[in-house]
Amino acid sequence: MKSAGKTAYFGAMLGLAIICGYIEMLIPLDFGIPGIKLGLANIVALVLLYKNGFLPALAVNIARVLLVGILFGNIMSIMYSLVGGILSLSVMWLTKKLPVFSIVGVSVSGAVSHNIGQLSAALIVIGFKAVVFYLPFLLIAAVITGFLIGLGASYIIKRVKSV
Amino acid sequence: MVKKGDVMLSISIIILAVFLLTVFFFLKTDGKQVVIKVDGHIFGKYSILSEQEIEIKTKRGINIVKIEDGKVSVSQADCPDKYCVNHIAIDKTGETVVCLPHRIIVEVVE
Repeated sequence: MKSAGKTAYFGAMLGLAIICGYIEMLIPLDFGIPGIKLGLANIVALVLLYKNGFLPALAVNIARVLLVGILFGNIMSIMYSLVGGILSLSVMWLTKKLPVFSIVGVSVSGAVSHNIGQLSAALIVIGFKAVVFYLPFLLIAAVITGFLIGLGASYIIKRVKSV
Repeated sequence: MVKKGDVMLSISIIILAVFLLTVFFFLKTDGKQVVIKVDGHIFGKYSILSEQEIEIKTKRGINIVKIEDGKVSVSQADCPDKYCVNHIAIDKTGETVVCLPHRIIVEVVE
Protein backbone atom coordinates (compact mmCIF):
# COMPACT_ATOMS: atom_id res chain seq x y z
CA MET A 1 0.00 0.00 0.00
CA LYS A 2 2.74 2.40 1.06
CA SER A 3 4.86 1.61 -1.96
CA ALA A 4 1.96 1.86 -4.39
CA GLY A 5 1.00 5.19 -2.88
CA LYS A 6 4.54 6.46 -3.36
CA THR A 7 4.59 5.34 -6.97
CA ALA A 8 1.30 7.11 -7.61
CA TYR A 9 2.49 10.28 -5.88
CA PHE A 10 5.78 10.56 -7.74
CA GLY A 11 4.12 9.48 -10.96
CA ALA A 12 1.60 12.29 -10.62
CA MET A 13 4.41 14.75 -9.90
CA LEU A 14 6.31 13.60 -12.96
CA GLY A 15 3.19 13.92 -15.08
CA LEU A 16 2.60 17.44 -13.80
CA ALA A 17 6.19 18.38 -14.55
CA ILE A 18 5.88 17.08 -18.10
CA ILE A 19 2.68 19.04 -18.65
CA CYS A 20 4.45 22.13 -17.31
CA GLY A 21 7.14 21.61 -19.92
CA TYR A 22 4.49 21.29 -22.61
CA ILE A 23 2.59 24.40 -21.50
CA GLU A 24 5.83 26.36 -21.58
CA MET A 25 6.23 25.41 -25.20
CA LEU A 26 2.78 26.82 -25.97
CA ILE A 27 3.66 30.19 -24.41
CA PRO A 28 6.82 31.33 -26.16
CA LEU A 29 8.50 34.22 -24.40
CA ASP A 30 9.66 36.13 -27.41
CA PHE A 31 12.26 38.67 -26.46
CA GLY A 32 14.59 37.78 -29.28
CA ILE A 33 16.94 36.23 -26.73
CA PRO A 34 17.07 32.43 -26.75
CA GLY A 35 16.90 30.62 -23.46
CA ILE A 36 14.29 32.67 -21.62
CA LYS A 37 11.55 30.46 -20.26
CA LEU A 38 8.97 30.45 -17.51
CA GLY A 39 10.42 27.50 -15.68
CA LEU A 40 6.97 26.19 -14.69
CA ALA A 41 8.33 22.70 -14.07
CA ASN A 42 10.38 24.21 -11.28
CA ILE A 43 7.20 24.48 -9.21
CA VAL A 44 7.13 20.68 -9.11
CA ALA A 45 10.86 20.53 -8.35
CA LEU A 46 10.42 22.95 -5.47
CA VAL A 47 7.43 21.13 -4.00
CA LEU A 48 9.32 17.84 -4.14
CA LEU A 49 12.46 19.41 -2.70
CA TYR A 50 10.58 20.78 0.28
CA LYS A 51 8.28 17.83 0.85
CA ASN A 52 10.48 14.87 -0.03
CA GLY A 53 14.07 16.01 -0.23
CA PHE A 54 16.85 16.34 -2.76
CA LEU A 55 17.00 12.84 -4.24
CA PRO A 56 13.31 12.45 -5.14
CA ALA A 57 13.32 15.94 -6.62
CA LEU A 58 16.42 15.09 -8.65
CA ALA A 59 14.99 11.80 -9.87
CA VAL A 60 11.71 13.33 -11.02
CA ASN A 61 13.57 16.23 -12.61
CA ILE A 62 15.87 14.00 -14.62
CA ALA A 63 12.98 11.79 -15.67
CA ARG A 64 11.06 14.87 -16.74
CA VAL A 65 13.94 16.25 -18.80
CA LEU A 66 14.38 12.93 -20.57
CA LEU A 67 10.68 12.47 -21.30
CA VAL A 68 10.04 16.04 -22.43
CA GLY A 69 13.15 15.83 -24.56
CA ILE A 70 12.03 12.59 -26.18
CA LEU A 71 8.47 13.82 -26.68
CA PHE A 72 9.06 17.38 -27.83
CA GLY A 73 12.75 18.04 -28.18
CA ASN A 74 16.01 16.62 -29.38
CA ILE A 75 19.26 15.26 -27.98
CA MET A 76 20.84 18.70 -27.73
CA SER A 77 17.97 20.15 -25.72
CA ILE A 78 18.14 17.18 -23.34
CA MET A 79 21.84 17.83 -22.74
CA TYR A 80 21.31 21.52 -22.03
CA SER A 81 18.34 20.89 -19.77
CA LEU A 82 20.15 18.18 -17.82
CA VAL A 83 23.13 20.39 -17.09
CA GLY A 84 20.92 23.30 -16.10
CA GLY A 85 18.54 21.14 -14.12
CA ILE A 86 21.11 19.24 -12.06
CA LEU A 87 23.08 22.38 -11.28
CA SER A 88 19.93 24.28 -10.39
CA LEU A 89 18.59 21.56 -8.10
CA SER A 90 21.92 21.29 -6.29
CA VAL A 91 22.05 25.04 -5.76
CA MET A 92 18.43 25.08 -4.58
CA TRP A 93 19.11 22.28 -2.12
CA LEU A 94 22.02 24.22 -0.63
CA THR A 95 20.17 27.54 -0.63
CA LYS A 96 17.25 25.91 1.14
CA LYS A 97 19.53 25.23 4.12
CA LEU A 98 20.04 28.94 4.68
CA PRO A 99 17.36 30.40 6.94
CA VAL A 100 17.57 33.84 5.29
CA PHE A 101 15.77 32.51 2.26
CA SER A 102 12.20 31.40 1.86
CA ILE A 103 11.05 29.20 -1.00
CA VAL A 104 11.02 32.35 -3.15
CA GLY A 105 14.75 32.93 -2.68
CA VAL A 106 15.43 29.26 -3.29
CA SER A 107 13.46 29.48 -6.51
CA VAL A 108 15.42 32.56 -7.64
CA SER A 109 18.71 30.83 -6.93
CA GLY A 110 17.46 27.82 -8.88
CA ALA A 111 16.35 29.88 -11.87
CA VAL A 112 19.62 31.81 -12.02
CA SER A 113 21.79 28.72 -11.70
CA HIS A 114 19.67 26.89 -14.26
CA ASN A 115 20.35 29.64 -16.80
CA ILE A 116 24.04 29.76 -15.96
CA GLY A 117 24.20 26.00 -16.36
CA GLN A 118 22.53 26.09 -19.76
CA LEU A 119 24.69 29.01 -20.85
CA SER A 120 27.81 27.07 -19.90
CA ALA A 121 26.66 24.09 -21.95
CA ALA A 122 25.98 26.38 -24.93
CA LEU A 123 29.43 27.90 -24.43
CA ILE A 124 31.00 24.66 -25.57
CA VAL A 125 29.09 24.84 -28.85
CA ILE A 126 29.19 28.51 -29.77
CA GLY A 127 32.02 29.93 -27.72
CA PHE A 128 32.34 32.30 -24.78
CA LYS A 129 32.13 35.59 -26.63
CA ALA A 130 28.71 34.89 -28.09
CA VAL A 131 27.30 33.44 -24.89
CA VAL A 132 28.42 36.22 -22.55
CA PHE A 133 26.22 38.70 -24.42
CA TYR A 134 23.07 36.88 -23.26
CA LEU A 135 24.08 36.59 -19.62
CA PRO A 136 22.64 39.88 -18.29
CA PHE A 137 19.29 39.31 -19.99
CA LEU A 138 19.07 35.74 -18.74
CA LEU A 139 19.95 36.85 -15.21
CA ILE A 140 17.22 39.48 -15.11
CA ALA A 141 14.64 37.12 -16.62
CA ALA A 142 15.68 34.41 -14.15
CA VAL A 143 15.21 36.67 -11.15
CA ILE A 144 11.75 37.72 -12.31
CA THR A 145 10.50 34.27 -13.27
CA GLY A 146 12.22 32.66 -10.29
CA PHE A 147 10.49 35.07 -7.95
CA LEU A 148 7.06 34.45 -9.49
CA ILE A 149 7.50 30.69 -9.65
CA GLY A 150 8.64 30.73 -6.03
CA LEU A 151 5.51 32.63 -5.01
CA GLY A 152 3.35 30.13 -6.87
CA ALA A 153 5.13 27.20 -5.27
CA SER A 154 4.70 28.71 -1.80
CA TYR A 155 0.93 28.64 -2.24
CA ILE A 156 0.81 25.21 -3.81
CA ILE A 157 3.06 23.58 -1.26
CA LYS A 158 0.58 24.21 1.55
CA ARG A 159 -2.03 22.20 -0.29
CA VAL A 160 0.04 19.21 -1.31
CA LYS A 161 -0.13 16.15 0.92
CA SER A 162 2.98 14.10 0.52
CA VAL A 163 3.37 10.38 1.07
CA MET B 1 5.90 34.59 2.54
CA VAL B 2 8.76 36.56 1.10
CA LYS B 3 11.79 37.03 3.31
CA LYS B 4 14.25 39.88 3.31
CA GLY B 5 16.97 37.55 2.08
CA ASP B 6 14.93 36.75 -1.03
CA VAL B 7 14.61 40.40 -1.93
CA MET B 8 18.29 41.08 -1.21
CA LEU B 9 19.34 38.20 -3.44
CA SER B 10 17.06 39.31 -6.26
CA ILE B 11 18.23 42.92 -6.14
CA SER B 12 21.89 41.89 -6.00
CA ILE B 13 21.58 39.75 -9.11
CA ILE B 14 19.73 42.48 -10.96
CA ILE B 15 22.42 44.98 -10.02
CA LEU B 16 25.02 42.54 -11.29
CA ALA B 17 23.14 42.10 -14.57
CA VAL B 18 22.72 45.85 -15.07
CA PHE B 19 26.42 46.30 -14.36
CA LEU B 20 27.29 43.73 -17.03
CA LEU B 21 24.94 45.41 -19.49
CA THR B 22 26.60 48.77 -18.87
CA VAL B 23 30.07 47.32 -19.36
CA PHE B 24 28.99 45.64 -22.58
CA PHE B 25 27.34 48.79 -23.81
CA PHE B 26 30.58 50.75 -23.54
CA LEU B 27 32.76 47.98 -24.90
CA LYS B 28 30.67 47.16 -27.94
CA THR B 29 31.74 48.49 -31.31
CA ASP B 30 29.78 48.63 -34.52
CA GLY B 31 30.66 45.70 -36.68
CA LYS B 32 31.78 45.95 -40.28
CA GLN B 33 31.48 42.43 -41.60
CA VAL B 34 29.28 39.42 -41.19
CA VAL B 35 30.81 35.96 -41.09
CA ILE B 36 28.61 32.94 -41.61
CA LYS B 37 29.96 29.61 -40.44
CA VAL B 38 28.37 26.27 -41.24
CA ASP B 39 29.56 23.26 -39.25
CA GLY B 40 32.61 25.24 -38.17
CA HIS B 41 33.71 26.07 -41.71
CA ILE B 42 33.43 29.59 -43.04
CA PHE B 43 30.55 29.76 -45.49
CA GLY B 44 31.02 33.38 -46.45
CA LYS B 45 32.02 36.90 -45.42
CA TYR B 46 29.84 39.86 -46.23
CA SER B 47 29.87 43.57 -45.58
CA ILE B 48 27.26 44.61 -43.05
CA LEU B 49 26.61 47.72 -45.09
CA SER B 50 25.54 46.00 -48.30
CA GLU B 51 21.89 45.03 -48.19
CA GLN B 52 21.45 41.44 -49.27
CA GLU B 53 19.78 38.14 -48.62
CA ILE B 54 21.90 35.03 -48.32
CA GLU B 55 20.43 31.58 -48.62
CA ILE B 56 22.21 28.83 -46.74
CA LYS B 57 21.18 25.40 -47.88
CA THR B 58 22.55 22.46 -45.92
CA LYS B 59 21.46 18.87 -45.75
CA ARG B 60 19.80 19.80 -42.47
CA GLY B 61 17.65 22.57 -43.94
CA ILE B 62 17.48 26.12 -45.21
CA ASN B 63 18.25 29.42 -43.48
CA ILE B 64 17.96 32.85 -45.05
CA VAL B 65 20.20 35.53 -43.61
CA LYS B 66 19.19 39.11 -44.27
CA ILE B 67 21.53 42.09 -44.08
CA GLU B 68 19.56 45.30 -43.93
CA ASP B 69 20.03 48.72 -42.35
CA GLY B 70 23.48 47.85 -41.07
CA LYS B 71 22.08 44.90 -39.12
CA VAL B 72 21.94 41.20 -39.77
CA SER B 73 19.22 38.74 -38.90
CA VAL B 74 17.83 35.38 -39.93
CA SER B 75 14.64 36.12 -41.83
CA GLN B 76 13.60 32.54 -42.50
CA ALA B 77 14.54 29.06 -41.42
CA ASP B 78 12.95 25.63 -41.40
CA CYS B 79 14.55 24.48 -38.17
CA PRO B 80 12.23 23.13 -35.45
CA ASP B 81 12.82 25.73 -32.74
CA LYS B 82 13.13 28.95 -34.79
CA TYR B 83 15.35 30.58 -32.16
CA CYS B 84 17.41 32.03 -35.00
CA VAL B 85 14.42 33.62 -36.73
CA ASN B 86 13.03 35.14 -33.53
CA HIS B 87 16.40 36.57 -32.51
CA ILE B 88 16.73 40.35 -32.66
CA ALA B 89 18.88 41.78 -35.45
CA ILE B 90 22.52 42.17 -34.46
CA ASP B 91 25.07 44.76 -35.46
CA LYS B 92 27.83 44.92 -32.83
CA THR B 93 31.16 43.13 -33.02
CA GLY B 94 31.05 39.78 -31.32
CA GLU B 95 27.30 39.39 -31.41
CA THR B 96 25.96 36.20 -32.94
CA VAL B 97 22.80 34.54 -34.10
CA VAL B 98 23.00 30.80 -33.95
CA CYS B 99 20.89 28.07 -35.52
CA LEU B 100 21.90 25.08 -33.45
CA PRO B 101 19.92 22.41 -35.33
CA HIS B 102 21.46 23.49 -38.62
CA ARG B 103 24.87 24.20 -37.05
CA ILE B 104 25.00 27.73 -38.41
CA ILE B 105 26.67 30.66 -36.67
CA VAL B 106 26.14 34.19 -37.97
CA GLU B 107 28.66 36.51 -36.36
CA VAL B 108 29.36 40.20 -36.65
CA VAL B 109 33.08 40.95 -36.86
CA GLU B 110 35.11 44.05 -37.40
